[in-house]
Amino acid sequence: MKQRFDAIVVGAGPAGCACGYTLAKVGLEVLVVERGKFAGAKNMWGGVFCGPALNQLFPNLWQEAPVERYVVRRRFSLLTLDSCLSAEFTTKKFGQPPYSGFILLRSKFDSWFATKVEEVGAIVATGLQADDLLWDGNQIIGIKAGDDELPASVVVACDGVNSVLAGKAGLRSEFLPRDMKQGVKEVIQLPRQLIEQRFNLVGDEGIAWEFIGSFSRGLPGGAFIYTNKESLSVGIAVQLSALVENKIQANDLLEEFKQHPAVAGLLAEGKLVEYSAHLIPVSGLAMMPALYTDGLLVAGDAAALVLGTGLTLEGGNFAVASGIAAAETVIRAKQVGDFSKKFLSYYPELLRKSFVLKDLETFRKAPHFLENPRIYSLYPELACDLAEKLFTNDGTPRKKTWELFRQAMEGRISLLQIARDLMQIKGTV
Amino acid sequence: MIPASIEDKLAVNKYDIDREVHISLHEDICKKCDTHYCLYVCPASCFKLMEEHITFSYKGCLECGSCQIVCDKGAVEWTLPRAGFGICYQYG
Repeated sequence: MKQRFDAIVVGAGPAGCACGYTLAKVGLEVLVVERGKFAGAKNMWGGVFCGPALNQLFPNLWQEAPVERYVVRRRFSLLTLDSCLSAEFTTKKFGQPPYSGFILLRSKFDSWFATKVEEVGAIVATGLQADDLLWDGNQIIGIKAGDDELPASVVVACDGVNSVLAGKAGLRSEFLPRDMKQGVKEVIQLPRQLIEQRFNLVGDEGIAWEFIGSFSRGLPGGAFIYTNKESLSVGIAVQLSALVENKIQANDLLEEFKQHPAVAGLLAEGKLVEYSAHLIPVSGLAMMPALYTDGLLVAGDAAALVLGTGLTLEGGNFAVASGIAAAETVIRAKQVGDFSKKFLSYYPELLRKSFVLKDLETFRKAPHFLENPRIYSLYPELACDLAEKLFTNDGTPRKKTWELFRQAMEGRISLLQIARDLMQIKGTV
Repeated sequence: MIPASIEDKLAVNKYDIDREVHISLHEDICKKCDTHYCLYVCPASCFKLMEEHITFSYKGCLECGSCQIVCDKGAVEWTLPRAGFGICYQYG
């Protein structure tokens, strides 16, 4: 009989590592399996981690982890074909430990995180794929990996958005294209000094900059630029169903974004060092699988724990928090020796008490609202038009701002429609 | 210069390409398909339309899973590459 682990965690991303770390730290026998050659080899994201979940595990995160830069400024821009209207927020606190957000590259970060998991006593097996589950009646009792059968009291599926295990356990239904955004990203290398000049940064300061507007051709989605130490993460995330319906490739939209006059100069002389893509589950509670069953818990992207509030998509914080909650559930289950579905229901209870399910509940209707095409084309155009009128002096007599606004609206949208959209904002985000 | 074409972009990526194919197509279904959603959603342009035939090359696959989700005809037989193979992100 092979060693029976207390828990097998599948996937060494933020959810899996947070779970494995929490379990091993209190002395449980933990195996973390990762299909990539190393932890992080299969993982990509936009680039910003915000929120307290990681600090809970590593209070001095910024000193220990391979952080690219800390976020000192958040900028949001509306683009038309040739204009850009921006809002930026910064505050002194953003520049002081423990910092409010970090820009990270997953290949490096996940590798580091997995090393920390090993340091507290878990086994991290890379290059090992969990192909299937082991069953004893209705109880999941381990995983199959290649020809190996690996037994465990409980399995925690942190195997990402396309979770094979949640599917095998019958916990989720088929994905729909409208439940997913496709993220496509380039990492563009630039000398550190040039990045700091172009983005007005000092030392390890970084900027998280998000965009919506003309480049997405009305499709629900946005673009981003995040500053790494010596590269930029430049990408786009667009609703999968919209790409299909409009027969557009995300790369074409990304190219359009990169050529925008407000963007192109920032990337000039850069060297492409990686092109990556990933799906993001964006329908929140509407697409969430069952989070547990006999002998199995699901966390992170595998559980579709991503929050879309309109301005940002946030998954990392939810992944770590759900990984920790799954671990706390397993620790309790181990104490009483009960890994049944009934006992594991403690897991969603924990999530409901934390921001994880509370936030998803608060923004339950946001995914639907964010499909409104006016957000991505008409409103950025209106805003840029108005700004242009306000900031242009062409020698003709000035008009009141309200009059300019009405002019910008004319033939495009009625006040009633704007009021309706505003009401929807009130109700959803 | 940053390349614009997907093919040139994929060329900078690191892969450990397996001999085993991890995604296959039911060609009989593809033959009858007139929508070809796969062409637009694959970020690596693994699907190509050649003389009304959909062809698929798994080598540039970024393992995102988009193709199997959008193919509503069930023509895409999707699995992950064997452990250790496929895309190997150096930045992510």
